[in-house]
Amino acid sequence: MATNTSSNSPTAIPNPTTRYRRTGQRGINTEMLSWLFMRASGLLLVILVFGHLFVNLWLGLGVKGIDFAFVAGKWSSPFWQIWDLMMLWLGLIHGGNGVRTIINDYARGSTSRLVLKGLLYVAVVVTIVLGTLVIFTFDPCPAGAEPSLLPAICEG
Amino acid sequence: MTAVAERNEAPEAKAEEVPSFQVTMRIARFDPDSDKGHRWEDFTVTMHGTDRVLDALHEIKWHLDGSLTFRRSCAHGVCGSDAMRINGRNRLACKTLLKDLNIDKPITVEPIKGLPVEKDLIVDMEPFFDSYREVMPFLVAKGQEPSRERLQSAEQRERFDDTTKCILCAACTSSCPVFWTDGQYFGPAAIVNAHRFIFDSRDDAGEQRLEILNSKEGVWRCRTTFNCSEACPRGIQVTKAIAEVKQAVIRGRV
Repeated sequence: MATNTSSNSPTAIPNPTTRYRRTGQRGINTEMLSWLFMRASGLLLVILVFGHLFVNLWLGLGVKGIDFAFVAGKWSSPFWQIWDLMMLWLGLIHGGNGVRTIINDYARGSTSRLVLKGLLYVAVVVTIVLGTLVIFTFDPCPAGAEPSLLPAICEG
Repeated sequence: MTAVAERNEAPEAKAEEVPSFQVTMRIARFDPDSDKGHRWEDFTVTMHGTDRVLDALHEIKWHLDGSLTFRRSCAHGVCGSDAMRINGRNRLACKTLLKDLNIDKPITVEPIKGLPVEKDLIVDMEPFFDSYREVMPFLVAKGQEPSRERLQSAEQRERFDDTTKCILCAACTSSCPVFWTDGQYFGPAAIVNAHRFIFDSRDDAGEQRLEILNSKEGVWRCRTTFNCSEACPRGIQVTKAIAEVKQAVIRGRV
């Protein structure tokens, strides 16, 4: 690396080319894992998402069959709970990681980079936690609810 | 890559005569001693069908404005000194014929992007060479030095033939949008030159180079936009070379 000769004198003028100097390693390297994850999750998501679309929009009554009862019926089976959980986690982490690289590539200042990534991480974590909570605690007929608000499957 | 869509309508030329035409060069000027920053300046020159962009720059420097500053050495596409952004694309001025560009409109000539401009078309190449040095672009062989040549089969040589063609002109690195952002990415040229030694059967420092390129600013910042492959004046498949290095990093060996 070329030396910046004037950096020690008290009247040093900052070298305008310093911002182009390479500073070497920054932080730990998780980039390879992230790169591999993107490929693996991308492949899985193609199967998961198209399977989801096929089952929801094509089979049976098709798109007209989707209502509250349809979703409640699906989530009563652990298979669809896991399927949707995987879609939720992989989709959000895959998408969040993609947006993270875009922020790394395009945000110029370190402050804006930090703020944008902070917002992104909060949004991803909140959505994942809420989504997971809904998938596992979903109850189509909560006890003591106003009967007129409940779907037809809860009667009797 | 040649610009086939751009055409040239020279005035009717007699047989055996090289057609000549008027062409306007719109050049990005930058004077480090003035506060004006960068500005565009047009020069109209009469050139011939056999002339290259570099000849037009010479015509301007030698006959119109001696203060125009650019780098060139061999002028025949070997030294890699005169990479510049011509009509928005990185090319060597000495390998770009004027007749292959659209001469009805001014031809824009700018310095390559992502590196600090020193004057007019000259940029400071030091950051580029810094990352080149970091990948150790020299043969590292272990064990006893042989008393004769280090032998290599034609197939072993073929493995890294493409990446031996690099002339370090920086056309690829300065066309990479990831390199433009903060200049911390190693850049295609450094990875190409690491590839040249990583896949060389005589070299023993492949793992060390892979470790260097596995860093945060290494091969994983590549977004496979193919700008580098398109910019390379030597036709090196740069993105392919980067992908091969990625594969080698994942497998942990060559």
